[in-house]
Amino acid sequence: MNSQPNAASGLLNPSPVAPAAPSETRPLYWSVRRELWEYRSIYIAPLAVAGLALVGFLIATIGRALTSPDLVQRRLILAQPYTFATALIMASTFIVAIFYSLEALHAERKDRSILFWKSLPVSDTTTVLSKASIPLVVLPVLTIAITLATQWIMLLLSTLVLIGTGMSPATLWKQLPMFQSGLIYHLITVHVLWHAPVYGWLLLVSGWARRAAFMWAVLPVFALCGLEKIAFNTTYLTALLKYRLSGPEVFDMAEPGRFPMGAMAHHALGTYLTSPGLWLGLIATAIFLAAAAWQRRRQGPI
Amino acid sequence: MPCIEARGLRKSFGTTIALDGIDFRVEEGRILGLIGPNGAGKTTALNAILGLTSYQGELRVLGRDPWNEREQLMRDVCFIADVAVLPRWMRVSQALDYVAGVHPRFDRPRAEGFLSKTAIQRSSKIRELSKGMVAQLHLALVMAIDAKLLLLDEPTLGLDILYRKQFYDSLLNDYFDHQRTIVVTTHQVEEVQNVLTDLMFIDRGRIVLNSSMEEFEARYAEVTVHPERVAAARALKPLHERQVFGRSIFLFDRVDRQQLAGFGEVCTPSIADLFVAVMSNHRGTPQGVAL
Repeated sequence: MNSQPNAASGLLNPSPVAPAAPSETRPLYWSVRRELWEYRSIYIAPLAVAGLALVGFLIATIGRALTSPDLVQRRLILAQPYTFATALIMASTFIVAIFYSLEALHAERKDRSILFWKSLPVSDTTTVLSKASIPLVVLPVLTIAITLATQWIMLLLSTLVLIGTGMSPATLWKQLPMFQSGLIYHLITVHVLWHAPVYGWLLLVSGWARRAAFMWAVLPVFALCGLEKIAFNTTYLTALLKYRLSGPEVFDMAEPGRFPMGAMAHHALGTYLTSPGLWLGLIATAIFLAAAAWQRRRQGPI
Repeated sequence: MPCIEARGLRKSFGTTIALDGIDFRVEEGRILGLIGPNGAGKTTALNAILGLTSYQGELRVLGRDPWNEREQLMRDVCFIADVAVLPRWMRVSQALDYVAGVHPRFDRPRAEGFLSKTAIQRSSKIRELSKGMVAQLHLALVMAIDAKLLLLDEPTLGLDILYRKQFYDSLLNDYFDHQRTIVVTTHQVEEVQNVLTDLMFIDRGRIVLNSSMEEFEARYAEVTVHPERVAAARALKPLHERQVFGRSIFLFDRVDRQQLAGFGEVCTPSIADLFVAVMSNHRGTPQGVAL
């Protein structure tokens, strides 16, 4: 440990730091990385699910498809897990996104580290945006990347099996790209843009609630729905909530046993982009995030 | 330009007044000790300076309004609250990466240099470090930032005596350069007595004493009075009187030392003794005083 001379020269020449043009994106970039360090489940959970799906697929391929005497049956076994594996990975990132959003602005108050973060030149807006980017950018991108990778591995495996047994893998190869573009479209239009206000709301509540953020996020909404039903015997709020959570109707077209969300969904892009629900949702997201940043400025440890 | 300037700084929480319209000024290159009993308003004052809390009145830190310009201000201000605030899940290497990433004035090799003098491993998580090591890490991060103002809120709370001594030693030897300004609140007053250049006592949101250390040394004298001279000494109206092992120790304010020498041994009081004297006069009883 011969750092003595270094320290001494540092003393005489106090840190010649060039105050480089304080880039606005650098703090945002490092804040997002910080989130990935703290919440490793963001990438571990979907990777683990993808790994499990592949193990399951391997067992299905070797155990069932290769031993099945019926060729049609064999093809079905190989085609079926794509949707299921995709649904599993998407479900895992969805759950991670919900729990992350409920924790994100709460944990730093609880462990008092908010005092440390606030002692650095990072604005509250940057912090809130970095946290919002996890469910709105990072998790969707990860979902797409991991799902596509899983599907390509599955495609290669099934191709080997099909060719090995003298069948053509052409249908699979033809269907998969369409399925994948449909999947990406679905993720962006529903899981990101349509659900954005849900994540905005969860983040806002996570910063606000001193404890039991989940309860504060959910119960008041239920209470309001109940109040509306009792007072006016109407269910507009419930319908609104259902509409928000299930996504615009046009996407509920997945049929079992088929690759869903294909060309049909693309036709609906125009309808989707002009639906007021999309834009009102995005405005609500912006309001929730702005409120979360406003609130963080006033908050300290709990 | 003063480093910190407050006029009529006021903050209340409900009916509790934490800061009762105080005025003060901290010049560049000073080391100010902010001393007060629990709940006196020290932390509130620091929080206002850091832009962590809103306030009434006027406050400028390095010429900026901390509440509205926290982000810009934090390029020139560093803060160590107590040792517990570094995120426990973080690795030492990640803490270095993050601060290097977001702070334009962070000198990473310098921080690495400080760390190499400690037993801290880069791959350790902060939760695995002892309390003293966390303080060393935080200090290494902060000392590698070329800041103009450093605020310390009970920085050595809960540390053993070796770490406490080392903390102030490194601060003075490796950091303080007479251009930087340091404000420290602490209950361990004895430790900072030789470190401070200025002293401020605060109680119930008000400033009770505000003086430079030169002024403090010139103004206050402590005399161990010979038993037969007690009555004469008392006639000079000491600020405070106490008994130690049956001997009377008087604390005088602005009394000529030549004159006092006749009563017994004269020395400069410790900040702690002056604190007790000032507080008990201010409040009537020294209740709630924690030193």
